[in-house]
Amino acid sequence: MNLISNFLAADVPTFSLQQLIQDQLGLSRGPVLTMVYGVFLCAAVFLPAVSLVAMFSIWWERKVAGHMQSRLGPNRVGPIGLLQSLADGAKLILKEDLIPTSADHFLYRLAPYLAFAPAFAVFLALPFGPSFCFEPMLNVGVFWILAMLSVEVMGVILAGWASNNKWSIYGAMREACQMVSYEIPLGISILVAVMAAGTLNMVELGHMQGGGIHTWLIYKNPFVFAAFFVFFVASLASNKRAPFDLPESESELVAGFHTEYSGLRFSFFFFAEYAAMFVVGGIQAALFLGGWNDPFGIIGYFNHHLNASYAADPGLNTAIPVLILNCVAAGIFVSKAMGIVFVQMWIRWTVPRPRIDQVLYACVKVLLPMSMILLLCGAIWQLVVPDHGGIPWVDYQPWDFVAWANVGLASLITQVVLALVGITAFSAVVGWVLYSAATGRGHKMRLTDPTDINEGTENLVKA
Amino acid sequence: MDAINSITNAHAEAVLFYLFGGMAALSALLLVLSRNIVRTAVCLLFTLMGVAGLYFLLHAEFLAAVQLVVYAGGTLILIIFGVMLTSKSPFSKFEPKPGEVAVALTVGMVLFGALVLALHSFPFPAASPDVQGKYPLVGLGQALLGDYLIPFEIASVLLLVVMIGAAYLAKGRRHEAEDMKHTTPASKTMRQWS
Repeated sequence: MNLISNFLAADVPTFSLQQLIQDQLGLSRGPVLTMVYGVFLCAAVFLPAVSLVAMFSIWWERKVAGHMQSRLGPNRVGPIGLLQSLADGAKLILKEDLIPTSADHFLYRLAPYLAFAPAFAVFLALPFGPSFCFEPMLNVGVFWILAMLSVEVMGVILAGWASNNKWSIYGAMREACQMVSYEIPLGISILVAVMAAGTLNMVELGHMQGGGIHTWLIYKNPFVFAAFFVFFVASLASNKRAPFDLPESESELVAGFHTEYSGLRFSFFFFAEYAAMFVVGGIQAALFLGGWNDPFGIIGYFNHHLNASYAADPGLNTAIPVLILNCVAAGIFVSKAMGIVFVQMWIRWTVPRPRIDQVLYACVKVLLPMSMILLLCGAIWQLVVPDHGGIPWVDYQPWDFVAWANVGLASLITQVVLALVGITAFSAVVGWVLYSAATGRGHKMRLTDPTDINEGTENLVKA
Repeated sequence: MDAINSITNAHAEAVLFYLFGGMAALSALLLVLSRNIVRTAVCLLFTLMGVAGLYFLLHAEFLAAVQLVVYAGGTLILIIFGVMLTSKSPFSKFEPKPGEVAVALTVGMVLFGALVLALHSFPFPAASPDVQGKYPLVGLGQALLGDYLIPFEIASVLLLVVMIGAAYLAKGRRHEAEDMKHTTPASKTMRQWS
């Protein structure tokens, strides 16, 4: 039995999916099999998953945009328009792949792949569940994701450059200066959370937050709480999402860096953008919002018990509960990430686009000092406030407040109060959305029902 | 099946080593031979990626990620940004003179020879097992902010000085531009009118 025990605080037996499958099928763990497994997982699971996420998000974005502008969005292809992205994909594949004669052909062809490949590589470090992570031993998981997101910019810049078109070059230059400057607050705000956790390993970050909503990292101290919002704003800019979508601002630059692209190559940029949105949502979920854990710490609790029982008696009857738990955990993780993606869309269709100098001002003079102060205060907090580190349910009981208060009363009060603030804010936002959905219904009915519109025009004519 | 089982981790690592090393070497060669500035930057990207892959093979994951963030994500983008701001046409090319080529070749050959000699004469120790320890990151952080604090701080002060200097230079030039603006004919007429 080869346990992965790469935990700082305690040796928790957690099996990777790979180990479970290989053990159950009775396969040896040679390097060839590991590679074959890795390639298979990439080709058969991750690539379709990334495409599905991107396609679903594109449909969803159009739906959200529609409803926010009193339209219906796509509703013809498939049930509630769900297959619209598939139809668009078929159209894009069939389109002619145009390359401008004066473009740099080699770079023009290379750029879409350079934009898409990093967005795909990021998924290797995302923890979908305690055992559902492609590379659980990647000790620099957070940093790897940051690195890949910054390499992705190269694709966009090259696309703009190689197109040899002034709109494209403007878009690429904006992307370059925006990305280079927003990377700093992005990294520093991640650092605040990483400092509170003490690890860069994504799986371990998930385990650390397994004790219920008050053990989530965002509630660890007030500075991580603030860093979450700094990260959110910076991630919008680094993903070139509105209001920071200046690289492709269609009102000034036609389509920005992908003006000249058509067909499949254009769709690569589209896929990369939506995959990156999901990835950023996933980072926020994993780093701040408890990763795959539910608000009550049930998954964290059962994970340790089920893994312990599997370690004691490795068989199919103990492996299946672990798999089921991981599927539930993956569902929670994906829904958290998708929730963040929804907020990104919501902001896109609400906030107008600033000018490029305003964007850079917001980064250099607002977000950067803010993140620096948060980092400093977070470090002082770590020094001053006593806290018990470690993994909930293993090193301490997360709901045993009396024992916790004996170790560190201040950290307990902070975490519980911040968690209550977070729950209140979240329920207020959800209530707001539900209220507007309920009261906006009459408006929607008018849109769907043509007789209503006719009545309106008749009245108009009469008047 | 026996053939598959006889392949060990060392074989797999060798394959990956030649893959990444070949990628780094080939793109470095293209970097030198290419005459288009942006294409050389792209070649540099692939070189950096290949070297990052080699770092990953050596279990230096942190170094690999730093390589990608700092060089591929930061420096390279700044290089391309500089090219975009300064070059007149998108396909500006290097046109080295024969003399320059000769000098570059000589310097390159001398450097290459020195490196090969140094690599052959230096006795490299076998990888010690604690390099692949559980938490190389913790040790790295403690070394940087503990044992090597003073060099670390000196390096960061140096970077700060560079940054302040760059900001000062940029600001000075802007003042100059404003002064120039005040002496334009339009501003003279404005002053006369006022």
